Order: sequence, then C-alpha cells, then structure tokens
Amino acid sequence: MNLLSHIGKFSMLIARAFSKPEKMKIFRRQLMFEIDSLGIGSMGIIAIISFFMGAVITIQTSSNIDSAFIPAYTVGFTVRQSMILEFAPTIIALILAGKVGSNIASEIGTMRVSEQIDALEIMGINSASYLILPKITAAVIINPFLVIISMFIGMAGGYIVAWGTGIVTTSEYLYGLEYDFKIFGVYYAIVKTIFFAFIITAIPSYYGYYTKGGSLAVGAASTKAVVTSSIVILFVNYVLTQLLLI
Amino acid sequence: MIKLENISKAFNGEQILSDIGITYEQGKTNLIIGASGSGKSVLTKCTVGLIQPDTGKVFYDDREFTALDSKSRQEIRTEIGMLFQGNALFDSLTIEQNVMFPLQMHTDMKSDEILERVNFCLERVQLTGVNHKYPAEISGGMQKRVALARAISMKPKYLFCDEPNSGLDPQTSIVIDQLISEITKEYNMTTIIVTHDMNSVMEIGDKVIFIHKGRKWWEGNSDSILSTTNKELSDFVFASSVMKRLVDKK
Repeated sequence: MNLLSHIGKFSMLIARAFSKPEKMKIFRRQLMFEIDSLGIGSMGIIAIISFFMGAVITIQTSSNIDSAFIPAYTVGFTVRQSMILEFAPTIIALILAGKVGSNIASEIGTMRVSEQIDALEIMGINSASYLILPKITAAVIINPFLVIISMFIGMAGGYIVAWGTGIVTTSEYLYGLEYDFKIFGVYYAIVKTIFFAFIITAIPSYYGYYTKGGSLAVGAASTKAVVTSSIVILFVNYVLTQLLLI
Repeated sequence: MIKLENISKAFNGEQILSDIGITYEQGKTNLIIGASGSGKSVLTKCTVGLIQPDTGKVFYDDREFTALDSKSRQEIRTEIGMLFQGNALFDSLTIEQNVMFPLQMHTDMKSDEILERVNFCLERVQLTGVNHKYPAEISGGMQKRVALARAISMKPKYLFCDEPNSGLDPQTSIVIDQLISEITKEYNMTTIIVTHDMNSVMEIGDKVIFIHKGRKWWEGNSDSILSTTNKELSDFVFASSVMKRLVDKK
C-alpha cells in the first residue's frame, strides 16, 4: 500500500475517532483508565531514563570542557538546555513510542483479530471513537506532565552526580541551571510533546485497527507501529524545531 | 423480517457471492449452511453491514439498510444481537461488565436496573455465579452462553449467530441450540444462524438455506432436506455417515 493510501485511511480513521462519544460517562471512565495506564504506568521508566540522561550529560559535558575560558557552570546550563529542549520531549517520546505504541497496537490488533471490534460495531458503537479517542486524549493531557517531571528528574540526576563525584561544585551546577533561563524553552517542549503524544497514540491505533490475520499479524502491526511512530516523531521534531526556534 | 435482494460481492476479482436473494422470517430460526469457503460468513457480514456488498439491497423490515448513512445504520444495529464464532467477549471486562456493556452504551437505565437485566440474561442462559469472573477464567461453553446473554441483553429484534457450536462438545452444542431456539420464539426475533452442524439443522432449523459457490443453491426446511434430490446439497448433508444411517433407518 502506498504512502498516500495510508495517509488517506489514517485521516478517515482519526476523523471517525474524533466524533462525539456515545456516552460521556463511559468516555470519562475510559479516559481515566488510559491516563493511569499510558501515563502513570510509564512514570517508572521515564524517571529511570531521565535520571541517567541528566547524570550522563553532566559527566560528558564536564569531561569535555578543557578550556579555562569556559566557566564550570556551563555543565548545569548544558544539562538544563539539553533536558528541556531535546532530551525530555523527544527521547521520552521515542521511549513511549516503544512502550505505549506497541501496547496500543497489540491491544487494538488483538481486538480486531478476535472480532471484538466487529462486536462493538454490531452493537451500534463507533469503535474508532470508543477505542482510540480516550487514548489520544489521555496522552495529550498527561504527557506534558510526564515531560516536565522528566526535566526535573534529569536535572536532579546531574545534581546528584555533581555532588557525588565533585566534577563540578553543586553551587556552580545550580547557578548553571538558573543561568539565562527563558520560559519559552519549556513552552516549546510542551508544544512538541503534544504533537508527539498524538503521534504515539494515533499511529499505533491505526496499525492495530487495520490488522488482518492472526497473532503474527498483531506482532507485525506492533513492530510497524513503533518504527513508523519513531520516524514520524523525528521528522515532526525537525519541522517543529525549524518552525519554532528559527 | 430481513430481506436480501441480489447481493453480490467480489474480493480482488474473485466472486464470493452472486446475486443472492433471501427472506429471513420473523420468529423463526433461519439456518445458513454450506461448505467452508462457500460465502456464508461474507453473506452474514454483508447483512449486518460489516462488509459493503458490491450490488444488492438489505432490508430490515421495511428499512433499506444498505441505503442508510452510518449514523442511521448504528441505530438499526442497536436492534441487532450477534453471537460471534469466537465469542468476541471483551477480555478486559468481567462477565457482568460484558453483558451490561450494550445497556450502558445505549440506554439510560439506572445501575440497579442494568444489574437486574444482566442477572436475568445470565439466568436465562443458565449461567449463575460467574458475574465477577473474566472470560479467560470460564469454559468455552460458558463463554458462548455469556456471548448469547450479551446478544439478548438489549432485547434485539434480530439475532445473528456465526457458528454457535464451533469448538463445543455435542452436549453443550445441543444446549446452546435449544437456548437460541427458545429465545427466538420467546422474543419473536428474526434469528439467522450460520452453521456446518447438521445436528443443529435437524434440531432447530425452521428454515434452511444452502449456499454453494457463493449462490443460494437450495431453500427449504429441516424435514425436506433429507429427501432432497439436489446433488450438491445431498453431498454436503450426507458427507457424514451418521446422516446416511439416519435416512436409511427412516
């Protein structure tokens, strides 16, 4: 199937998904479940990755600063900028594309091959809206919070390494974190996160929804969903960076 | 009553259904039989709108289903119950939640009324004490009953059953067949059953339609099927030596 055909089918599915839910009470319940499942359930891995990202950036920056003309607080400054502008929104999105994306594609794909989606349709329920809308909405709501938490944990990781190893003093590290801080960077990260949240839920939903065959097809759909989401995240990251920062 | 007129469907140039016209009668169990790959399931999916036929019309009573937009189709679908071959129960929901699902989505009933209806439906299919179990925790026969309970929870006017006996032992198959037959009469529903099972045909087939090579090959009832002179139907029915012996005895 060619790219245009995929885009057309994807657009039609998303248009169906964004129709008004049949019962708001059920939608709210689904939304809470998805916030817990997709968001809160990802907190652990996000915390671990963010901590070590911050720690590694601290060590890398510190070990690469040889010049006496570069102040030591550059380490804190670099950690902050890297975490806010790129690592927290983009790397976390890529991690979630793997974790959440494969989960969504396999869940919906299994429902497709076991006729559960047909059952929803026969019951007169818009299956796309019932299954996909709560996932997209949940990710768009919760992911910005996850990314902000990731930023803090990353910077805390750098602080602990600075304190534990002494490669930079904690006061210089903290000064670097505060140095020339512009809130626009955080807004930029949140805008990116909202786009990425849509990508990591909508694309796997699409692959899952149109799964054909049996368990092998579910696995294939899951793999395609992760690969495609990751590529689209990197492409959209480039486009948004160009649009927002230049 | 459900009426099909000139239904045809092809996939990738291969003709699956050709010019099929059938009237499924209300208050009766209408059985569709045929060999694997004959087009029975595609015909059922065309009837309920899961597959769009290339040509032809489907009428639910006097409403032309094939001419309706998706929203109007959804309204008709609230009058349809369907028992899927693999049951299609929602894995993440308990038995009780599975049965109450259509009621929660389509009615404004209070939760205690919904629960009362759920318990009634589960009792109707002779299933009690499993409300809080998950589908994976009960047997195939029980899952089939839950699927039937869910299908009738909205008091449907039309009931579709796709291979209701597949994967079941003979005793459980008879129980499921009897339940479907009783419920059909009780609610005066139009019931359509897709099956290979000749036992079901003989037990509950008020009207039998034989599909062969994507065409309606024969139509009659369970009594006339044994005296058929139609070669293809005869080959299908008497493929089992049990059926041959039954006729010889008669």
